Amino acid sequence: MKTFPTSNPPVASLELGILPLELTGVGLVRDGKRVLKDLNCRIEGGASGQNADEPAKTFIIGPNGAGKTLFLKLCHGLIQPDEGEVRWYGPAANDGAMIKRRQAMVFQRPVLLRRTAWENIDFVLKIRGVTRAERADRCAELLQQTGLGRHASTQAQALSFGEQQRLALARALAPDPEILFLDEPTASLDPASAHLVEDLIDQAVTSGKKIVMSSHDLGQAKRLADEIIFIHRGRIKERAAAPAFFNGPKNDLARDFLEGKLLWWRRRSVYEEGEEQCC
Amino acid sequence: MQAFLDAFTAALRLVASGDQDLIRIILLSLKVSLSAVCIAALIGIPLGGLIALSRFPGRQALIVMFNALMGLPPVVVGLMVYVVLSRSGPFGVLNLLFTPTAMIIAQVILVLPIIVSLTRQTLHSLWLEYRETLQSVAATPAQCLAAVLWDGRFMLITAILVGLGRAIAEVGAVMIVGGNIDNVTRVMTTAIALEASKGDLALALGLGFILLMISMALNILAHGLTAFGEPERRS
Repeated sequence: MKTFPTSNPPVASLELGILPLELTGVGLVRDGKRVLKDLNCRIEGGASGQNADEPAKTFIIGPNGAGKTLFLKLCHGLIQPDEGEVRWYGPAANDGAMIKRRQAMVFQRPVLLRRTAWENIDFVLKIRGVTRAERADRCAELLQQTGLGRHASTQAQALSFGEQQRLALARALAPDPEILFLDEPTASLDPASAHLVEDLIDQAVTSGKKIVMSSHDLGQAKRLADEIIFIHRGRIKERAAAPAFFNGPKNDLARDFLEGKLLWWRRRSVYEEGEEQCC
Repeated sequence: MQAFLDAFTAALRLVASGDQDLIRIILLSLKVSLSAVCIAALIGIPLGGLIALSRFPGRQALIVMFNALMGLPPVVVGLMVYVVLSRSGPFGVLNLLFTPTAMIIAQVILVLPIIVSLTRQTLHSLWLEYRETLQSVAATPAQCLAAVLWDGRFMLITAILVGLGRAIAEVGAVMIVGGNIDNVTRVMTTAIALEASKGDLALALGLGFILLMISMALNILAHGLTAFGEPERRS
């Protein structure tokens, strides 16, 4: 079994930032259908440095099929919009390579390389040109932080689902991103595993990372979120600070969603099309 | 039944005694088939990778073609290579007909579609699984290819072993282009065919026994590699 040095070398924390991120008139067409429509919003820095007053954890909530995952993938640059523009405005926003380096994403279903837990984290650091010694320290630190220290040499595919999700989170955190996109990272986890992931998210925020996370777990959103973006049928229907949103959403759809009344068969028939966006 | 048992006993005695003819035939078989598989792998793995990870006009046609060629009849391949290498053929001046080189060429043609198709399938499946993750961590195309090749290595070795199994067990093509010349182009399969037709079942059975062992060993190795590459998930 490997032994773990306990150091905390920041990989990219001294690099310039890429936030804020702005979506202007963004639309996306899939199979001839407009699945995201006229998205306009600005995602600010969060907990780090000069942006300490901005929300650190932005939650994207909405019913299944609302477009939450596509929204995150658009922001992360995995897919390109068919309309409008997704643009970073931070000091390092002119550097395309830096934009890729300073963000990370964890998917709902963790996709891990067919290697050991250690090698999964090491891979990300290696392609960023981190030295072997630094990689070893960082891998050990992250595996311990995510409670996977004793699984360092275990094949990632042999880990349980919860452990795989924590490993995916560790891998995303490895290069010390400025912003972390999380696509329902606790959706298939038991309460204990979900709690562990939530702790890791809190630790990431404490270390200055911006979290943009999708979820339809309202309890989790209430516990963790600083602000809420409510999406319905590919449109942003409401954006508000989390307490304000949960205490009294302005949008009827958001209110119905919170009350558990937003049924899939009522979406088209009851609620009118083309409702105004809030932000 | 007694005749068969006698032949089987004689075959075991031949194998146990390390008969020189037997060893020479086995070594030539391995030399021809391993050479063919190495050449096919050197061409087939990069070609399969290219088809799996890139998009270009005619890609689908290429996939269908290689899939269809996996079932290529060996005698047809033998005949084609024979025509090309015969004195009146375009490469007749090379004097390769009835040499081990001609047998290697025929086996490369037989094995190449198998390695290309299995490589493409393996890498394509891995790429579909990895694509978003690798793009998300900002891996370059070269890093993506390296990751997919490395993580698919056990399945690629399995593809090579499948190709080797096909090559070493093949008789039609090597019989036509090699001619089954004693001490020159006689390999296990052609020797089995010849000895069986002569009624010398001892040598035929001895060679058959060894061929069977090699084939089983390759299959066990392929199965083991596949299992090793896909560990079971903990609950």
